Amino acid sequence: MKPIELPDGNRGRRRILRSLVTGALAGMLGPGRVLAQTTPGRTVRVGLTPAFVHDQHALMADWRRYIEVKLGVPVEFVPRNSYRETMDLLHQGRLDFAWLCVYPFLYLKDLVRLLAVPLNQGRPYYRSYLVVGADDRKRNSMADLKGAVFAYSDLYSNTGYLVPRYQVRQLGEDPATFFRKTFFTWSHRKAIEAVAAGMADGAAMDSFVWDTLVRVKPEVTAGTRIIGRSAEYGFPPFVAHRAVAAQDFDAMQRVLLGMSSDPAGQVLLARLNINDGFIPGDRSLYDSVVVMMRAFGEY
Amino acid sequence: MRLFDLSFRHKIPLWGSALIIATALAVSAATMLRAYDYLKQDLVSSSENLGFTLAKTLFPVLLHDDAWRAFELVRAPFHEDRPDLPLEAKEIFVIDRDLKVLVSSAPRIMPLLAELSSLGADYPKLAQALARANLDFKGVFEFPDSDYLYVTIPVAEEGKLLGTLVITHSKNVFLPRFYGFALGGAGMGVLVLAILLPLNWYWGRRMAEPLVQLAHGMSEIVHGAPADLSPDLYAFHDELGQLFAAYREAATEIRQKTALEREVMQSERLAAVGRLAAGIAHEVNNPLGGMLMALDTLKQRGPLDPPTARTVALLERGLQQITETVGALLVQARVQSRDLNRQDFEDIRTLVEPQASRKSLQLAFDIDIAESLPLPAGFVRQVLINLLLNAIEATQPGDTVRVEAHANGDQLLLLVANVGEPPTPEILAHLFEPFVSGRDGGHGLGLWVSYQTVNQLGGRIAVECDAGEVRFLINLPLHYEVTAQSAKVGAGGTPTTLERPT
Repeated sequence: MKPIELPDGNRGRRRILRSLVTGALAGMLGPGRVLAQTTPGRTVRVGLTPAFVHDQHALMADWRRYIEVKLGVPVEFVPRNSYRETMDLLHQGRLDFAWLCVYPFLYLKDLVRLLAVPLNQGRPYYRSYLVVGADDRKRNSMADLKGAVFAYSDLYSNTGYLVPRYQVRQLGEDPATFFRKTFFTWSHRKAIEAVAAGMADGAAMDSFVWDTLVRVKPEVTAGTRIIGRSAEYGFPPFVAHRAVAAQDFDAMQRVLLGMSSDPAGQVLLARLNINDGFIPGDRSLYDSVVVMMRAFGEY
Repeated sequence: MRLFDLSFRHKIPLWGSALIIATALAVSAATMLRAYDYLKQDLVSSSENLGFTLAKTLFPVLLHDDAWRAFELVRAPFHEDRPDLPLEAKEIFVIDRDLKVLVSSAPRIMPLLAELSSLGADYPKLAQALARANLDFKGVFEFPDSDYLYVTIPVAEEGKLLGTLVITHSKNVFLPRFYGFALGGAGMGVLVLAILLPLNWYWGRRMAEPLVQLAHGMSEIVHGAPADLSPDLYAFHDELGQLFAAYREAATEIRQKTALEREVMQSERLAAVGRLAAGIAHEVNNPLGGMLMALDTLKQRGPLDPPTARTVALLERGLQQITETVGALLVQARVQSRDLNRQDFEDIRTLVEPQASRKSLQLAFDIDIAESLPLPAGFVRQVLINLLLNAIEATQPGDTVRVEAHANGDQLLLLVANVGEPPTPEILAHLFEPFVSGRDGGHGLGLWVSYQTVNQLGGRIAVECDAGEVRFLINLPLHYEVTAQSAKVGAGGTPTTLERPT
């Protein structure tokens, strides 16, 4: 687990202390009082999840700085390796914003509000990729993976858990017994690594993560081969805690939506592999996911 | 020749070298074995350290069936970017109680849930061994003909056993290090040998050389002429030094004894020759005297006709020559001679001066005696003149002939020396016998006469040749008993009446 990113210098340490105090107070007073809006010294806390390639540390530092400058308040990125932890932080009111996977977004229901949806190659959609080892020529569909070792990414992942289970069920099989063994890697990237290392025979994952890795870390994806592409689903959204005040919500949304029209923002978007930036989006983008969740009684 | 019959000159250095090389090899081999052992111990203990840490960390992870986290943990000790880490494991895996793979750092070789006994290589044997050990076993497994070493640590906590962690090591990983050690050791060994072997060789030769010389000298003792070994050859006082001292003592005694024996033999021979010569001289002298008397009578009787006179003269001269020769053989010191004095040496010098100046020789006289010595002057003069004439004859023009005389207590020491080559050994052996001559034209009686004279005076005469000089040494007692001496020399003890003609 990664420690919380520590800003440099005494100023930063004081800021953290203040934010800790603020957090503790917020915990006592309840979620509605998290943000003392635009109060000097207030820190905006943004949760990062493996919904995108969140472990490019230099990029995250630059992006945090960018948002901080645009917002005019200190910004803290809080990366977590599992959706569950980020969801817990949201439940506890310890995050203002988060980039979540679709499933947690829907699972959290009205605890969060849709803030912005990234555009993946111009459109707010992504898929689930089914991958096997690059040298595995025998398996070419989900049906071929019966009795195999399968790597899920996260219990609360759409493309890495819900979609493959749904696909197994579509085959008329029980996802609980279809595979010989399953395990969670807690990130899409590690699911790819598990398949490449031979630890798992197959895995399902976020197409955006796979496509980004192909571009920035081709050696990670080199050991895997895509054998299935799912239907399109709404892209993992940027959300705001429901307690975030309207002007803060708007300020953050403006920053994100404005990135594509700002040179520095464009550079960051390119590095994040979402060249076209963010749109406000709509909850209906995620209706097909709700259908799958209902099929498993999870919505 | 057998090895053990070799000379010490070769044997000591050879044995020393063999011992040094054997020691170097033994020490190196022992060190290398220790190094190998230590390396293995290092490997096992570092592996066990890693294993304990991993087993402790893996326990909760495996308990929660978090396969990926377990995989990340067993992969953590591997550093693919550091291939030089020598003690790195080859594989790390955990098997459960049914001997199935729970997690492995190399899932391609050991897939999840695979039966350990169904995998190739050493794994079936390892599975059997672990089954026998009931999994709850911390230890090291090695199989014959295998390049691998298996360190096992149970993954258990508070009595709950989840499986066994196995760390596989290639034995080859420490071979390069071992070879590194061995190479370093060999280098040191060669260096030590390079220093010790020449030292040993030098020391061995130094030890052996005196022994060899000693052995050589000892073998010469049989022939009565042991070599004179220099005290510098071995100047120490250890056992070898004592041996040397004893040898030198013995050698000196033997040489003296040999010289004495030779001298005795020579004087006995000379005495025998003297007796023979005196006997013949007596037998010849009596008729000779008669014959000379008869001739004298014949001449006195009246004038002889010229042919007879010539014949008589011829006979007389012939008989006279026989008389002289016989007289020369029959040497006798005349008791009635006056005492020797310094003037005698001046006379001798004057007498031989013409011969010396004819050859442009230097005569160096060093006379250190009292005015008068109780020795018969005539005999001493005769002996000295004989020796001097011989010396002048043997000396090359321009060189020097020395004469020395020293009275030393109760004896007179005389020396006649000349620069020149020594006589041949054959001549030396018979130098003082009659009719032996070192040069053409000599009748060979000079030294004989000198020897007999000195002998009769109770003295000794000897010759020394060295450093390009021939020295005659005469030693005469000042209180001689001429009667006893002449009795010893004369045939049958009868003193002769004949005198040696001057």
